[in-house]
Amino acid sequence: MNDTTLQDFQTQQEPPMTSEGGAREQYSDAPTPDKGQPVTRNENVEENLSVRVRDLNLWYGEHQALNDISIDIFANTVTALIGPSGCGKSTFLRCLNRMNDLISTVRIKGLVEMDGRDVNARGMDEVALRRRVGMVFQKPNPFPKSIYENVAYAPRMHDMVSRKADQDELVERALRDAGLWNEVKDKLYEPGTSLSGGQQQRLCIARAIAVQPDIILMDEPTSALDPISTATIEDLMDKLKKDFTIVTVTHNMQQAARVADYTAFFHLGDMIEYNATKQMFANPHTKKAEDYITGRYG
Amino acid sequence: MSQSFEEISAQLKKRHRRSARMKWMTMGALILAAVFLVFFISDMVVRGWPAFQQAQIKVDITYNEQSKEIPLAAVNETVRPLVSRGVFRTLPQRMESNPELMGTTKTQWVIADSPVDQYLQGNKSELSAEAREVVDRLVRQGRAELKFNTRFFTAGDSKMPELAGIAAAAIGTLMTMLVTMSVCFPIGVMTAVYLEEFAPDNKLTQIVEININNLAAVPSILFGLLGLAIYIGFFGVPRSSPLVGGLTLALMTLPVIIISTRAALRSVPDSIRHAAFGVGCSRWQVVRDHVLPVSLPGILTGSIIGLAQAMGETAPLILVGMVAFIPEASMTLTDASTVMPAQIFTWASEPDSAFAEKTAGGILVLLAVLIFLNALAVWLRNKFERRW
Repeated sequence: MNDTTLQDFQTQQEPPMTSEGGAREQYSDAPTPDKGQPVTRNENVEENLSVRVRDLNLWYGEHQALNDISIDIFANTVTALIGPSGCGKSTFLRCLNRMNDLISTVRIKGLVEMDGRDVNARGMDEVALRRRVGMVFQKPNPFPKSIYENVAYAPRMHDMVSRKADQDELVERALRDAGLWNEVKDKLYEPGTSLSGGQQQRLCIARAIAVQPDIILMDEPTSALDPISTATIEDLMDKLKKDFTIVTVTHNMQQAARVADYTAFFHLGDMIEYNATKQMFANPHTKKAEDYITGRYG
Repeated sequence: MSQSFEEISAQLKKRHRRSARMKWMTMGALILAAVFLVFFISDMVVRGWPAFQQAQIKVDITYNEQSKEIPLAAVNETVRPLVSRGVFRTLPQRMESNPELMGTTKTQWVIADSPVDQYLQGNKSELSAEAREVVDRLVRQGRAELKFNTRFFTAGDSKMPELAGIAAAAIGTLMTMLVTMSVCFPIGVMTAVYLEEFAPDNKLTQIVEININNLAAVPSILFGLLGLAIYIGFFGVPRSSPLVGGLTLALMTLPVIIISTRAALRSVPDSIRHAAFGVGCSRWQVVRDHVLPVSLPGILTGSIIGLAQAMGETAPLILVGMVAFIPEASMTLTDASTVMPAQIFTWASEPDSAFAEKTAGGILVLLAVLIFLNALAVWLRNKFERRW
């Protein structure tokens, strides 16, 4: 397993800066028109901004997986990343919480900015980053511990709670917010793996929200689940966006149409279009997006 | 144009025959291996069973002043040559610690001399014709018989085969294994954790891996030479002690533990690590809180198997001197001691044929311990095996 961070390979014209003005100047401004202007919800764009990505490039060894991705993710929204297999959606998602650091052959160039700080900068602690950016994976992966421990482990480790009563309260709140409390309140100390697939995924969501992150990344969270569990989790996404920013990768266009406020269409490492979901599906700007959405290829 | 089922089946006859032949050949190989095993075990049991039986004679022992001076006088002349010398040697001591025995005559079962034991077992014995008559008479009277030899498990080595036991060697093995495990378990597990979880994937790590795998295949006697030269020669660790034996075996078991721990760590699915990283664990927390608890049964299984292997090692321990004659085990780590395989080796080298059964008996005891340890490892692995 590799712990090498990408700073050694990153080339920036100047050392990373924390001041907002300085970091902006060297990169292209908002996404260019042919990629689809994002609809800004109010004039003061900065307030709504959760993540700014500018000219992000990523290589797996020699193969380039992401080409100059620029996107704004808005706070308290659900943003869906759609596109055919192998187009770089999951890779891009993992850039947001630096999970790509775990792969030794990865090389990153570009800006991923959160809260005014460059996420890939030398001074940024990836553990601190992952505290604020949670992740839910495609295949439910609860810890091999009890349901209670699954939720309580991370907050305890981050020193958010210490007393048992506080932990109990936190666990209950997280499980309620994930819509799982009523089903597990009698068996909190059973192993997490004893739940059904949909319940396990909700447990993973509870685990992610227990540390109270700002952003939750969901990598195809319902692709391994049956339709009823899928519907439950989609309702959950809608409920959770009040408190969190959600970025989700989905293979299922209809799901994107159902849950997402904004949708970005990826194709072979490029981001072709990014727009409010209703606009994107009703009136796509680019041919490639239109072909994909209408199902001409998949 | 496709063929009918009959046509295809006719073509397949040859393949089916070959398949059946393969099945019988592989089954035959298994049966052959099983036959070897059964043959070996039954041979050992037949040879070693007499070691668990010891001839004893019921005699009258007179405790008086004369027998305190000359213990041989305590017993009747006819049965005197039939009783083990060791019994006479302990007589004065018994009279010292039990003064109430003075002036009494007690009838008790005592251990018979080795030739008597061999005669009663049906082996070649150096007993004279008259002595055999005496023994036969005693047997008819019910005053001589083969009893279960508890002394084999309670006594240490002895020059007299009827008094020899494996207890001292067993204690020596226990202490040596304690040293071995307390050195190589922590070092081995931590090395494996580093190599598997922390080490970068570069040339140096690969070289280390190759070397560890090679070390696991080094003949064990070389570790004995190492022990002799470095531990005894350079560091001055006492020769023949459990300490030096344990350290030598620790070096030998270290690669085995590293390899099996790495396999256990590798079997933990990456999804758990990703989930732990995802909630913001540092790499050490991922290992300590998530990977190690899950892989612990596998690590224990590998360690028990390594321990069982170390327990049966003789050659390196011979080189560091653990073939001393140890009648009584001391419980310290620096006194001379011996281990079970070395004790078996020593007994096998004895000219007295009465030690042959002791050798086989010792092998049976060692086999029983090893089978128990391996069964424990298998049980542990089955009990804690998880399905992801």
